[in-house]
Amino acid sequence: MTDASRREAERLERQTDEGAQELRPTTREVVLAGGGMWPQDDLGDTMIINMGPQHPSTHGVLRLMMELDGEDVLRIKPVIGYLHTGMEKTGEELTYVQGTTNVTRMDYASNFANELVYSLAVERLLDVEVPERAVWIRMMMCELSRMSSHLLFQATNGMDIGAVSMIIYGWREREEVLRYFEYVTGLRMNCNYIRPGGVAADLPDGWQARVLDLCDTVEAGVAEYDELLSQNPIWLERTVGIGVITTEECLDRSVTGPILRSTGFAWDLRKAQPYLAYDQVDFDTIYTNNGDVYDRYRIRLYEILESAKIVRQCVEKMPTGDYRVQDKKLTPPPRERIDESMEALIHHFKLFTEGFKVPAGETYVAVESPRGEIGCYMVSDGSSKPVRMHIRGPSFYNLQSIDPMGSDSLVADAVAIVSSIDPIMGEVDR
Amino acid sequence: MADDTAREEDHEPAVNGDESVSASVGDDVAAAVVARFPGSVFVESHGQPVVYVDRSVIADVARLLRDEEQFTMLIDTVVVDHLLDGSRVSIDGVTPERFEVVVNFLSHARNRRIRIVCEVPAADPTVPSLTPVYLGANYAERESYDLFGITFEGHPDLTRILMPDDWHGHPLRKDDAAARVPVTFKGDPSPR
Repeated sequence: MTDASRREAERLERQTDEGAQELRPTTREVVLAGGGMWPQDDLGDTMIINMGPQHPSTHGVLRLMMELDGEDVLRIKPVIGYLHTGMEKTGEELTYVQGTTNVTRMDYASNFANELVYSLAVERLLDVEVPERAVWIRMMMCELSRMSSHLLFQATNGMDIGAVSMIIYGWREREEVLRYFEYVTGLRMNCNYIRPGGVAADLPDGWQARVLDLCDTVEAGVAEYDELLSQNPIWLERTVGIGVITTEECLDRSVTGPILRSTGFAWDLRKAQPYLAYDQVDFDTIYTNNGDVYDRYRIRLYEILESAKIVRQCVEKMPTGDYRVQDKKLTPPPRERIDESMEALIHHFKLFTEGFKVPAGETYVAVESPRGEIGCYMVSDGSSKPVRMHIRGPSFYNLQSIDPMGSDSLVADAVAIVSSIDPIMGEVDR
Repeated sequence: MADDTAREEDHEPAVNGDESVSASVGDDVAAAVVARFPGSVFVESHGQPVVYVDRSVIADVARLLRDEEQFTMLIDTVVVDHLLDGSRVSIDGVTPERFEVVVNFLSHARNRRIRIVCEVPAADPTVPSLTPVYLGANYAERESYDLFGITFEGHPDLTRILMPDDWHGHPLRKDDAAARVPVTFKGDPSPR
């Protein structure tokens, strides 16, 4: 009997006198998509499939080549470069004044860390000390940026693993942080606020009350996520013991940040090699011991609270004074002076057409971004543009951890693992 | 070596080469590298220890740092192209070449950093790979190969990482100008 005639016979059998069909539960064997039964004799065969670059849970344009044996992932290899925009080449074409506009677009989820590391490198080559108030403003904005970045992680990580409502909750609080960025810097993202010599503008009036409100909102949000996820059996099932990595594997692969801290290695540059004024504020390094997806989720959750703690101390201890170096060769004169002073006008014009010259030399500066150690290696030849401006993106190196984490996992866990690395492709591909 | 000549002017006879070197190098890790690999030059750059080594020994230097000096992590590998430099800091005892391979190391246990630099001539842009010593150098060396055309000998998978596989040239080289690739229109023969 052919397929068509069998289907017709079944239809006639189902058909009742009233011209309706009753669908009964079928007892026939399930036929797999692609035809035929599961090839029992071919179980040893593996297959290579691509995930991405256009996949909602790859956080941008990350492509993963996975070698599968059924559901089991044998190997994962990330393929990157889909967002390569030549930002290091662009950085060589821009003056030091313009440079922060470029680097702020690398790790777009925590742009202040990029601006900071670039500015610190330029300032070290110039041998310039920024005023105390600028240091504290920078620190506060960097911590707010850490909060917004980790809130973004909570949102997308929740969605990737299946707690879809997290994308709404995470976005809700992150939006408040971005609104504060807009209030201070004029822009929600890619703020270009931290610049060589200080920050672009002083904090607006009433910033204290608003940032304290913001901290309350975010802390309430974090408590909510904690209640929603941390003890949720489905969440635990999806995350505990998944994507395990050891300290040795992390160190060998240059993996930094929350991934390294999740393996029981409490290393945080803010504590170990303090920059800005991190040695004058009280906060804890969060670390855990299991090195799995759940630990990385919890570290980022609790780091939001530590950042809020630092922000509150910034409000208390914010010094008065200048928000940037008053060196006319380095920072533009106040707007009012341009109308009345010829020199101010000349300085303004020179600064924005030629920029300032930086003595020849090279330096490497590293700070702790939400993803790990972000570094800037800068080489100057004495002109107003860098010879080489290299950003050590933590995500670029952290992606190397996907191989030990993802080997011998399941396809469904691969999504959780990629999400727990929290890569920002803008920074990976630069 | 600059430090040796300074020493002679002070009328302090150097007892043997190694000791005089290690005494003149402020950083003890850098001193160990300089003592082990003759021809290496220590300089301090903005408070950071930097050692210029011959490119043939860079993998051995990395092994020394990892096995004996507790440098647990290779932080970064960067290449610099000095083709068009206006002025370049000259270091006594180092012959400047077009390319520089710069490797940053971090020791967590001792909480310190060191930078190893080697000069690479344009005629023979090859450097021993550090990937067999520190796995973390893998992507960084692929990136350096991709963007600068430096060949890392002994790298397990030296392929392009950021640019497309069929790309010609190395975009971060100074003679590879931005927008040098002509604009093409649909149907034109491909420039590459």
